[in-house]
Amino acid sequence: MALNAAAYAVTVFLLLPTLIIAPMSVGPERLLSFPPKGFSLRWYAAYFEDRDWLRATLFSAEAGLISAVCATVIGTMLALALVRGRLPGKGLIELLVIGPVIVPHIALAVAMFLVFEQLRLTGTLLGFAMAHTVLALPFVVFTLLAALYRFDVELERAALSCGAGPLRAFRHVTLPLIAPGLVSAALFAFIISFDEAVVSFFISDLDRKTLPRKMFEDIDFNISPTLAAVATMLTALTILALLLGFGLKRGLERRARAAGTAAEAGP
Amino acid sequence: MGGPDGMQGRVAVQGLVKRFGPVNAVDHVSLEVSSGEFLALLGPSGSGKTTILMAIAGFEYPDEGRILIGGEEVTWAPPNRRNLGMVFQRYTLFPHMSVLENIAFPLKMRGVGRAEREERARAALATVRLGQMGGRKPAQLSGGQQQRVAIARAIVYRPRVLLMDEPLSALDKNLREEMQIEIKHLQREIGITVIFVTHDQTEALTMADRVAVLDHGRLQQLGAPRELYEAPETVFVAGFVGETNFCEGRLARPAARGEAVMVALDGGGTMPAIAAQALPAGGRIKVALRPERLRVLPADGEGGTARVTEAIYAGNATTLMLEGQGGQRLRARVPAGAGLHEPRPGEAVRLSWQPADARAFPA
Repeated sequence: MALNAAAYAVTVFLLLPTLIIAPMSVGPERLLSFPPKGFSLRWYAAYFEDRDWLRATLFSAEAGLISAVCATVIGTMLALALVRGRLPGKGLIELLVIGPVIVPHIALAVAMFLVFEQLRLTGTLLGFAMAHTVLALPFVVFTLLAALYRFDVELERAALSCGAGPLRAFRHVTLPLIAPGLVSAALFAFIISFDEAVVSFFISDLDRKTLPRKMFEDIDFNISPTLAAVATMLTALTILALLLGFGLKRGLERRARAAGTAAEAGP
Repeated sequence: MGGPDGMQGRVAVQGLVKRFGPVNAVDHVSLEVSSGEFLALLGPSGSGKTTILMAIAGFEYPDEGRILIGGEEVTWAPPNRRNLGMVFQRYTLFPHMSVLENIAFPLKMRGVGRAEREERARAALATVRLGQMGGRKPAQLSGGQQQRVAIARAIVYRPRVLLMDEPLSALDKNLREEMQIEIKHLQREIGITVIFVTHDQTEALTMADRVAVLDHGRLQQLGAPRELYEAPETVFVAGFVGETNFCEGRLARPAARGEAVMVALDGGGTMPAIAAQALPAGGRIKVALRPERLRVLPADGEGGTARVTEAIYAGNATTLMLEGQGGQRLRARVPAGAGLHEPRPGEAVRLSWQPADARAFPA
């Protein structure tokens, strides 16, 4: 009981700031205040009317999509190599993959800034996609490692014995069965990129910046409730994405497990 | 593929060696299987039987030796280019496909059109007597049904050779025996070569035309079930295939293979036998004698040679536990209804056997 209560207390403490931001975003005043003295959607309107906000959002979405795709493709291949391959130095490769989780983001950010500056990659979509792919990779790899360890390798052998080449065995047998893991990995990667602030702060430039960076700037220059509106929408989007991913994953799992009550007639 | 060429289904394993670290999992094994033959690879776990099958299937590549299928060398060919059927120990049906899709999968991989695919998959499903189950998912079938679907999937593209890796070991005893007969019938019906891995000697003896007995990666003996049982060539085969009494002793003079010998038993007394292998003089000898080949006669005064310690009645036969003069423990089996002497526990009996049934091996 006491433990339960403690757990709830911690959860509330952690969530409270996020929950407070929502009512703050609908206050009509020009300054952030809590509790709000009325209800107005003017700050949401302000967001949608501001080209800077929209550009930053679009840029974040682009970077998020590209790095989600890249991290998922590279991460899947990496996880496959780690699980199936007989490569030497597996431990070292795994260590390198975890790297971005262990190394402080600020150190990573400085390092990337120094390199990207030389290569003129700061403020470019390519630069962001690369940086965020690296950051998302560990999450993708570990999600897929779990999925691949659960997968019965003998099914791949069965596919080969049926005359499928390795690629077709992967496409027709492995891929459909690890699809739930793949979906969560891709969503993870997107959210990590979309939320990422530290590295983005360093490798943005004046007119190419991500949403979190733009929010930082707003705090510095004009604390308007638009910020609260953006934060609220960002939270809602993240929750929505997670719910969507969860639903999709459940659906795919159900298909993969293929239990239930299918009809007895032909397909 | 094509007609019954007589060559297509031939499989040859030549000088196969496979090492796992310092261990020879397969140690210079050679064997040939003719078209339409049913060969069982029999041995305890770690005997190398599965490794040989995996090398034939293409899932393991040998360190030495060659593999030929239909006269063509395939030692290094990938599994999907060998055109073999394979049935695994765990049924390994694709869980996200229906039963019919599973069976049609090999046809799809071979570029067969949709309509023909479905027709042939349905025919294969009927062959394994599961005609109504096509629309189900594998998880909705029992273990025996799943294994039948796996067999249908392995034969639907009419391969000349079917490999089976302990396909019945996950089934319960009654179902296993039923499937043994069914597989045997199916094999005769479609005239396919079968290489069947098992650790169950009864399964090997009842199903196979010939059995290859393996131990520690070495081929111990390759022969018809009757040969293995009645004329085992090594101590291992004598002990592994069927039930056997072993008596230990020594030999005074060397003997050639097949020669009649008199073995001096450790506990005293001598035992007439024949040499199953060439035997050195003075070496330790093990004599193998089947319980049902040991005749138990009433002691008639002139040297009762054993005492009955236990009699176990099992309906069709009675098993007698005997203790010899020198303390050797033996088993004898007396079939019921043949009017033979059935002694009681504690009774002294005389034992007799044909020297040809007692096979002497170097220990």
